[in-house]
Order: sequence, then C-alpha cells, then structure tokens
Amino acid sequence: MRHLMSPLDFSVEELDTLFDLANDIEQHRGNYAHACDGLKLATCFYEPSTRTRLSFESAMLNLGGSVIGFSDAGSSSASKGESVADTIRVVSCFADICAMRHPKEGAPMVAAQFSSIPVINAGDGGHQHPTQTLTDLLTIRSLKGRLGNFTIGLCGDLKFGRTVHSLINALVRYEGIRFVFISPEELRIPDYLIDMLKEKNVPYREVISLDDVMPELDLLYMTRVQKERFFNEEDYVRLKDFYILNKAKMERAREDMLVLHPLPRVNEISVEVDNDPRAVYFKQVQYGVYVRMALILTLLGISV
Amino acid sequence: MLNVGKIEEGFVLDHIMAGKSLSIYYHLGLDKLDCTVAIIKNARSNKLGKKDILKVECDIHMLDMDVLAVIDHNITVNVIKNGEIVDKKDLQLPKEIRDVYHCKNPRCITSIEQGLPHIFVLADGGTETYRCKYCEEKAREPM
Repeated sequence: MRHLMSPLDFSVEELDTLFDLANDIEQHRGNYAHACDGLKLATCFYEPSTRTRLSFESAMLNLGGSVIGFSDAGSSSASKGESVADTIRVVSCFADICAMRHPKEGAPMVAAQFSSIPVINAGDGGHQHPTQTLTDLLTIRSLKGRLGNFTIGLCGDLKFGRTVHSLINALVRYEGIRFVFISPEELRIPDYLIDMLKEKNVPYREVISLDDVMPELDLLYMTRVQKERFFNEEDYVRLKDFYILNKAKMERAREDMLVLHPLPRVNEISVEVDNDPRAVYFKQVQYGVYVRMALILTLLGISV
Repeated sequence: MLNVGKIEEGFVLDHIMAGKSLSIYYHLGLDKLDCTVAIIKNARSNKLGKKDILKVECDIHMLDMDVLAVIDHNITVNVIKNGEIVDKKDLQLPKEIRDVYHCKNPRCITSIEQGLPHIFVLADGGTETYRCKYCEEKAREPM
C-alpha cells in the first residue's frame, strides 16, 4: 500500500504517469465519473482549510465516490485527546482513502504508519504540502508543455513559504531549470536550499527588484506574505505589500510568461492582472482537482 | 596510577571522548543490567590526550552498536573472551536510530503524540547529519 507524504515520494517517471492520467481526466472526464463508485474518501482536517479540502472532496465526488470527515480539530475526537494513531485506525474502518491536514509536522506520516488505507498528506504545518506541488507541476507541464528548460521566478516570502520550498525540491529533478529568487532581505530563501542548488549545480540568482527580472522569466510564482509566520506585527505590515504584481509590471513580461500563485492571494497580485491570459492561478486550482483525482486513482490502484 | 583489572568475557570500549562515558553507560542501558561495569574517566591517551574507557562483563550481543556509532563512531570496541581481545568491531552510522535523539521541534507531532518513538534518519553521511523522520528537524545532542 502506498501513501503520499512528500512530492519526492514519486519518481520523475511516476510523476509523468500521474500527470498523463490527470490530463486524460481533464479531456475525458466522463470516463472517470464512476471510477470510485462505492468508495469513500475521509478528509481529516485538524485545522481549517478551504481550497485543499474542497479540492479533495470535489476530486472524489467527480470520481463517483463519496466523502466523510471533519474540518477542524474541535469537531473531531482530537479535542477529547485521541491520538493520530488511534484516529486513523478508526477512520480506516470507515473509508477507503484518507486525506489528512494537521498543524503538527509529520502527523500524516504517523497516520500512514498505523493506517490500513492510503494516506495523503494534505499539509502538515510548515513542513510539506505535496498535493500543492503536484498541482504546480501539472499546471506548468500542461500549459508550458514541458517540465524543464525554463527560467522560473519565485517571488515574495521565500523564507517561510513551504510551497516554494517543495516546488524547488521537485523542480531540481528536471533539466535546464534556472531559478530567480525575488524577495526582500528578511524573507530570503533558506541557506540549506541554496546549498542544495550549489551542490547540484543548478543556476540561481537572488534579487530584490521584481521589475528588473520580469523580461527574462518564463514563469513567475507569486506567494503571499503569511501573517501567521511573523512574531512581530510591525515586520509583517512593512513586508506584506513589498511586491505587487500589476499591469505595468506585466507589460515588461514575455508574451508567453505564466503567473502562478498557490492562493489565497491578498495584495501581491492586483486584480487588474486577473484578466491577463498569462495569469493562470485560477486554472491552477482546476488542475489541483485533476491531479488529486489522478492521485486518488493511483493510490487506490484503480485503472479506467 | 589507578589500575583496573582484566575482564574475562565482555567488551571494552576504548577511546571514548573524555566525559562521554556516563552518557554512553545510560544509552547502552548498562544501568539496567546486573553485570560488572568499570567506568574509567580521564585516562591518559596518546591519541586523545584524555579519554574515557568502559569495561563491561556481559554477553557481547547485548551491546547496541548503533547507539554507540551515533554517539561517537571513533570509539574502539574490543570484544573479550577468556581474558583476551578476540575481535575489534567497526562502528558504522546506522541509517535509522530510535530514541537516541529527541526531536526539539515544538511543531513536530512527536511533541504531542503519546508513545511515539523519536526516530531519526541519516540524511547526510558526510556531515553525519540525522533528521527527524517526521518533521526533518536536524538532530542535536543525544537525549
């Protein structure tokens, strides 16, 4: 039985197969409408989430399955002090697959150790969020036609943003990736990632100005500065609007550049950019559903 | 100079960094065994200047080499039978180690989940870096 804890759990070849399946689902949704008839997904969300939980639920419903679960720790037996190990053993009796989000890092891995059904890590604190990374990769692969040979700018909170860290780790496995890290000094990419890039001889640059690098980017991955990561309100207020992608900046970008964002977006992308065909962050949400559908089928061992 | 006699059967851990012998004594669970143990601290050493030595009279199979390797893989393990050294064991860093390090990350699931062992995996053999299996926090001092 297989689980998904980190985006690196799948080899590049396995990811290709997964993405091919996701693209087939996109093109022939009807073929998959009953693939999970009679099967149940348990969404065990110990902390609030809108997009990820709804995306998982939507994915399972699209496959003809049904969904049970809870959406915060208060409404689960965790509030009575039940361990993750016990909860998953109970949930294993009710459902066929489980997506778990938990504020504590590694909680889904504990669940996987005690589970008799596949467990998907739907986000564990600031650690991993593998289905977001799969979503990002599928979006890039589907809209660019390749995963490799491009320059990607990652902009905003590169210090605390787990989606950025996971994406970097996933992209270095492909050929010809060049990174441009765009952040204020306080939110620079962590040293351990820089060390990893140096070791693998992956070209990268660290810059502060977004304007200057716009013309050279094939992809721009924007991130939100997350208030919950700051101890000091003053620092947050100073940095939250450091980057705002607007029409003027988009004019400096290539015709075929794509803008991605894991969402939710606050001020870092002006709403005036939404109608630009290069702004693909809402398409990205749709790809998130397709990739989760493909993942559920893969982990359940169902072929259509 | 203090003299500690030979042991008949068991092991002698030599070249322990001075001051580490008591930590090793507990990690090997020697406090729980009913056998003769000699803890020699600050012995003179040509190699280290000062060193600790542990002499334990027990079955050699009772020794957890993995724990020893994580604490200090430069320790020499001499296996003794009939009062003579019959083998010297090499210490290799184990791929995974249980309940030797304690995860210090307050956001890690090990901080709240009851009965969960603290498992660390060897992330980089070159730098001897262990990371928590659950949250990937770097290991610091053994427990």
